[in-house]
Amino acid sequence: MGDLFTKTRARNIYYGGAIFFCLLFLSLNFHTLNALPERDHRENITPLVSQGKIVWEENDCVGCHTLLGEGAYFAPELGNVYKRFGNSTTNIKNFIKSRPKEGTPGRRSMPQFNMSDEDLEAIAEFLKWTSEINTGNWPPNIQG
Amino acid sequence: MPYSSQAVAKPYFIVAIVLFCVQILFGLMMGVQYVIGDFLFPLIPFNIARLVHTTLLIIWLLFGFMGAAYFIVPAESKRELHNPKLAKILFWIFLSASILTILGYLLISYATLAKITGNHFWPTMGREFMEHPTIIKICIIGVAGGFLYNIAMTIFQGRKTVINMVLLTGFIGLVVLFLLTLYNPDNLVVSKYYWWWSIHLWLKGVWEFIMVAILAFILMKVTGVERDVVEKWLYVIIVIIVMSGLIGTGQHYYWIGTPEYWQWWGSIFSALEPLPFFLMTVFAFNMYNRRRHVHPNQAATLWVLGTTVMAFLGAGILGFLHTLAPINYYTHGTQITAAHSHLAFYGAYVMIVLSMISYAMPILRGRINNSNRSQVVEMWSFWLMTIGMIFMALFISAAGILQVYLQRVSEIPIPFMVVQENISLFYKLRALAGLIFFLGLIVYIISFFLKYEENDESSS
Repeated sequence: MGDLFTKTRARNIYYGGAIFFCLLFLSLNFHTLNALPERDHRENITPLVSQGKIVWEENDCVGCHTLLGEGAYFAPELGNVYKRFGNSTTNIKNFIKSRPKEGTPGRRSMPQFNMSDEDLEAIAEFLKWTSEINTGNWPPNIQG
Repeated sequence: MPYSSQAVAKPYFIVAIVLFCVQILFGLMMGVQYVIGDFLFPLIPFNIARLVHTTLLIIWLLFGFMGAAYFIVPAESKRELHNPKLAKILFWIFLSASILTILGYLLISYATLAKITGNHFWPTMGREFMEHPTIIKICIIGVAGGFLYNIAMTIFQGRKTVINMVLLTGFIGLVVLFLLTLYNPDNLVVSKYYWWWSIHLWLKGVWEFIMVAILAFILMKVTGVERDVVEKWLYVIIVIIVMSGLIGTGQHYYWIGTPEYWQWWGSIFSALEPLPFFLMTVFAFNMYNRRRHVHPNQAATLWVLGTTVMAFLGAGILGFLHTLAPINYYTHGTQITAAHSHLAFYGAYVMIVLSMISYAMPILRGRINNSNRSQVVEMWSFWLMTIGMIFMALFISAAGILQVYLQRVSEIPIPFMVVQENISLFYKLRALAGLIFFLGLIVYIISFFLKYEENDESSS
């Protein structure tokens, strides 16, 4: 870097660049927040769905599963599990309820969480709502 | 050591290394669980092992960063630390909070932990990398705030250098973005949206600031190149971090319910994200070639050159491979991400902290460099860990490519669990590579306990 490119110039480019990109990021952000209601269907977030999100969080489901592709990669994607389970909340509840306490010999198994009926209902409704988010057609197929 | 208050860095470094060892033990545990599905089940299920693995990673890196700052800031400001006592108190608070958190994860179920820490009053738990109970989050913010006050006061009352300013900017960003972990709206899309502000802007923003400041400090010390040259490089690198990283956040907004234009913004700007890492590599080797003396701490020199190369490979190249939206459509949320994050975290953040420890620890123990024998052992650990991690990343990538093909690309997509069994060979190889990494870590620990003799010190 020659003499023309002094430290002061470098510093000015940094400050100018930082301000420009912060403003650009914030304006994109502003637009996104306005566009979100169309895509996330927040009008369908009932108290039961909200409770379901808390059940999801308080059992650390994301420690094994992905949800819309984010989380751990040890267990299946759950963003579309409602559809994979034949558009049925009952199937989701039955699956969670039927996990063996001691696991399956030699294989991965989901723990038995001993959820109350209300929590089961809530988590199933939350996963149903999640499956209806407009995700730009992701995942590529029903297997997640 | 020119300033006695730099000594507060020592316990931070020691705890960082101890927690690093525990983190790797839990990583090995998960490596086995990928091969033998019911290993330790239901005592330590996978998610709990992973909780400990990722939580400890972040905590020990923070210990390392803070130690680095306590070492660098007095040296750069040319004065003692504003309040060394505060640094010691915060150390014990942070350590206790960390141990309590890990014990909470291991001894009781996560749901019970959420219940007894009152998560329903203010639900912030259960999101990836932010799983700590709300009260622990507040405690971390307090510790970070006190730390920030301490180094900021030292800087403002002393000499203001570019290294100091970049470091301080990085830490301010780190704390401000961490505040967002307390915001968890019940709309999943919005929650994920801001979650990425913390996670992405840490890794592709403020942590890079901290990394490049530490890098510049060590390079200046081990090569003796003038400050002016180093500082010009610093500005160039941070402007490119901001330019690529900020809007590069869009790389995470492809498939989570956000508008589709992010596929363009995210692809274009995140494609530039390898650039700062590339420049760091050029910077490091350029400085090394212009060195004015040969520093007797050869191990630190190896670490500092190595971190730039590995960060470029792991964060830069492996990241770029799956960042473009049309590719990411197939790779999102698969083992490909795991491969990238392992090599990136190791190359960029683990190695920069180990570089700092390698440079600072001998000084904190009253000498410029360790004995030759100790340095050779340390270099062995560098190669064992680095090669172990490269192979781990390669095997996970192989697993990921097969997973993407079988589950998402082939004409008849196969269910997740069936795919996992089909690719288990690569999980076995990965566990082996992890074992080599662990071996390297043991060698690293040994290097600290080799005897030092006075005549070992080189005269240069």
